Amino acid sequence: MSTDVPGGRLSLAETTKAAPAAGNAGRRVARRRLGPGRPIPYGRALGPLLLLAVWSAGSATGLIDARNLSAPWTVVTTAGDLIADGRLQSNVWTSTERALSGLAYGTAAGLLLALIAGLSRLGEGVIDGPVQIKRGIPSLALIPLLILWFGIGESMKVITIALGAFVPVYIHTHNGLRTIDSRYVELAETLGLSRPRFLLHIVLPGALPGFLLGMRFAVTAAWLALAVVEQVNATSGIGYMMGLARTYGQTDIIIVGLVVYGLLGLLSDGLVRLVERKVLSWRRTLAG
Amino acid sequence: MATHTGGLTVTAPEAGAAVRIEGLVRAFGGRRVLDGLDLSLRAGEFVAMLGRSGSGKSTVLRALAGVDHDAGGEGVLSAPAHVSVVFQDARLLPWKRVLANVALGLTGADAEERARTALAEVGLAGREDAWPVELSGGEQQRVSLARSLVREPELLLADEPFGALDALTRTRMHALLARLYERHRPAVLLVTHDVDEAVALADRIVVLDGGRIAADLAVEVPAPRRPAGAEYAALRERLLARLGVDALTGREDDGPESRYAPHD
Repeated sequence: MSTDVPGGRLSLAETTKAAPAAGNAGRRVARRRLGPGRPIPYGRALGPLLLLAVWSAGSATGLIDARNLSAPWTVVTTAGDLIADGRLQSNVWTSTERALSGLAYGTAAGLLLALIAGLSRLGEGVIDGPVQIKRGIPSLALIPLLILWFGIGESMKVITIALGAFVPVYIHTHNGLRTIDSRYVELAETLGLSRPRFLLHIVLPGALPGFLLGMRFAVTAAWLALAVVEQVNATSGIGYMMGLARTYGQTDIIIVGLVVYGLLGLLSDGLVRLVERKVLSWRRTLAG
Repeated sequence: MATHTGGLTVTAPEAGAAVRIEGLVRAFGGRRVLDGLDLSLRAGEFVAMLGRSGSGKSTVLRALAGVDHDAGGEGVLSAPAHVSVVFQDARLLPWKRVLANVALGLTGADAEERARTALAEVGLAGREDAWPVELSGGEQQRVSLARSLVREPELLLADEPFGALDALTRTRMHALLARLYERHRPAVLLVTHDVDEAVALADRIVVLDGGRIAADLAVEVPAPRRPAGAEYAALRERLLARLGVDALTGREDDGPESRYAPHD
């Protein structure tokens, strides 16, 4: 009611004028809503759809030069062609394999180091410092050194991805371990739990939320590192496919590569979140 | 058996005794919380320990439970091998279902069965698969009681176990604890600041003040112990006086403070 009238005083006057029959008993001030209001259905799709519309319109009218950016429909048909001759699948598979093995090594290393640093003071003293220093150096800045040490083959790529993935796993797992409530430690002592049982029943479940949060960051870091290392002299993979397309000026293939990277990132984040919901169901009951 | 640092002589209790503490000194960072405390409990005896906040009640319990790692001091301490602790917060692991919380640390093929029986004993049969967050405060504390009793302790240490509960739930929990005590007969050291709780449950009440036992009274109020009875009222008044509170006006005097004041 009269929400388009600026100012509270005016809208009050409007209200009383609009409903004089209600008398004094029914008088109610219609306040202007200050919050953002009810959510729009599928509201989050608005931005991407608008972007797509602008892109389509630009390509159709010729405002966007196809040499700079191919039309959306060209990208779709190119993707179809790439799938038809199997190039897309084989490149995606190569990239996925690299990302997964790097992620696996990185996660294992991050988890192991976090456990050592989190469970012993000596381990913390030895491990935490170097990891914090490593954290200060962007993993991608290490590529020149890694190329000198490991060449330009697969191992360099996997190691670079692992280095990017292990830091968030370490940081969040270590934090999870350090923030386990000391009252639970006291409980374990009064129950006479052995050290292995203490680890199994209290430490690991207590650190699990932190570990899973670290995994979400690690997955993103792995895809990021993958995109970079595949630009460095690869002969297969999405990055290689995109590099080759750059040489021939095929922006449609480059866009297909970008879309694939985006989809892989979304998919893997969704997977980790699914696992999170499953194994942390004791917390979901709290969230309702 | 808990191992102790900080100059304690730890011995096994003699037959018929559950706890023997002699000349116990516990200090944290130079502050003497316990200063030559003597206390004994017979096997199966229910003792309540009263004291103002900060009087060192919990420190006695933590020393008996063997979890006061950072304390310094001296003294002789003997406690049985099987000691269970009930904390003020139920202290259930949120990531374990109720049954697993009770069975935590139990060994043997019948561990789960014993945990089930203990849950039924505290009136929570059927809630085995619930998560701790789904229980009310009183129910959580009942799970914690089940976890303590399933270990068949010779000594049950309870640190203000009902302090966080509402008055109605607390009364029900008193009845439950009394029932469980009759059935299992462990020695109990119940730390509380609630005089009525102490009188309702205990055979003997000790008052802690200035790091020592300032009063040691047998409870000779006949059962059922109703607050309306004359013996009850008299004992209550004596205890409140020992705690430095005038029972009629509720006004605090500073007697006990000044009696023991500067010892550090």
